[in-house]
Amino acid sequence: MTTMKRFSGFNLIGEAFRSHQGWPEHWPDKAPKASYDAIIVGAGGHGLGAAYYLAKKYGITNVALIEKGWLGGGNTGRNTTIIRSNYLYDESAHLYDHAVKLWDGLSQELNYNIMYSKRGVLMLAHNVHDVQSFKRHIHANRLNGVDNEWLTPEECKAYCPPLDISPRTRHPVLGGALQRRGGTARHDSVAWGYARAASALGVDIIQNCAVTGIRRGADGAIEGVETERGFIASRRVGVSAAGSTSLVMKMAGLDFPLESYPLQALVSEPVKPIFPCVVMSNTVHAYMSQSDKGELVIGAGTDQYTSYSQRGAFHIVEHTLAAICEIFPIFTRMRMLRTWGGIVDVTPDRSPILGKTPVKGLYVNCGWGTGGFKATPGAGDLLAYTMAHDEPHKINAPYNLDRFRNGRLIDEAAAAAVAH
Amino acid sequence: MLLIHCPYCEEARPEVEFAYGGEAHIARPVDPSTYSDEQWEEFLYIRSNPRGRHHERWRHAHGCGRFFNAVRDTVTDVFETTYKAGEARK
Repeated sequence: MTTMKRFSGFNLIGEAFRSHQGWPEHWPDKAPKASYDAIIVGAGGHGLGAAYYLAKKYGITNVALIEKGWLGGGNTGRNTTIIRSNYLYDESAHLYDHAVKLWDGLSQELNYNIMYSKRGVLMLAHNVHDVQSFKRHIHANRLNGVDNEWLTPEECKAYCPPLDISPRTRHPVLGGALQRRGGTARHDSVAWGYARAASALGVDIIQNCAVTGIRRGADGAIEGVETERGFIASRRVGVSAAGSTSLVMKMAGLDFPLESYPLQALVSEPVKPIFPCVVMSNTVHAYMSQSDKGELVIGAGTDQYTSYSQRGAFHIVEHTLAAICEIFPIFTRMRMLRTWGGIVDVTPDRSPILGKTPVKGLYVNCGWGTGGFKATPGAGDLLAYTMAHDEPHKINAPYNLDRFRNGRLIDEAAAAAVAH
Repeated sequence: MLLIHCPYCEEARPEVEFAYGGEAHIARPVDPSTYSDEQWEEFLYIRSNPRGRHHERWRHAHGCGRFFNAVRDTVTDVFETTYKAGEARK
């Protein structure tokens, strides 16, 4: 266990008198031990969260977190940082709202500013179908205790002034659904905050250590993982490897209902604050927010083909920017600075798989597709719960693998396509 | 943007002319009524999703309109070959 120096006004003043030389590293880079009580594969936000909650809430502190690259270097550092929970179905509302509840207060819990900003997520309705669909979502959300409210075009304009609500636009705004608790958080801080807090509780964070095999005993149960740095024994292994999950599962002899696609995002040059919230338009395939640094953060769609290349096609970006320019003509002359891609693992029903696998001692958290960031604390907590109890929590029980066999899919349209 | 060689038109054309059709060589059930839940799961949902050589279907939607198969490396996105529907797996 390492000592974590808390961030506080008192410590800040103390360090100011000695040129801030006394701050320890956030987390030490560890070499793997021979065995652990639990191993998490994948140090993205979800895996880091799972390691933290295993140690914090479920009393398992002898935990290794194994990462092929560096922590938070995959989709955790590549997403558009949007948080919301206004999903249609009961199972989805419970799952995503569990995460939103944990986002609240996470900065205080981790003693690390993750910059959760409840600036609101506004989803625009451009046609009669959108209006009916969003109102159905709003009513379903209310029954599940999830905030989501209908705004008239004028109220949309008041909430997000850059919107053009005149009826002459190509995609007229007929109203919008607003989740006020929705917003954004600083994705890197989430990874760093969890890593620092987990490390302080005794979790070994082992980076640059790819898993090369999964060892199963004569009875089929998990015995540990083979890695680039040798065999590490454990009776409990949780895999949270996003786009690479099907590769890891194949090592255990399991074929998964997953396909990996590139998903792109891009940012503009930084400008002064102009865009106060998150705006999404599912119909024209665009969503945007403004980072605290001033960049417009824009999410594009997935490419049509599967790939592990971590880059997508240019015409996908062009399509998204065309939609942005149509809704927000004021941004037509903004310059885009960077584009990038991440590899997202997509399930047939666009809902995640979070729970046990047919292999004893092997647990999985995957299939978050294009919208996993918002679920980071919830997914971490539920994976940790499932690993600690060898049973899923009632929130993630419906997200089992069996649903692809018994047909009880969670066909969440709100999770599909671009709306993240 | 991929450049894809259509084996019918015998030309390399930009990706926007094509529609991706998912993994190739997944045979439809010959006698569906005898299929178990496991077999349906396998047929409908389980995909190989490899890192490397991937057999996949494409349709030249804005060209000849025909389906064909391709082998593409999913790490580099480079096409190894494309071949007509009905030809043996390459």
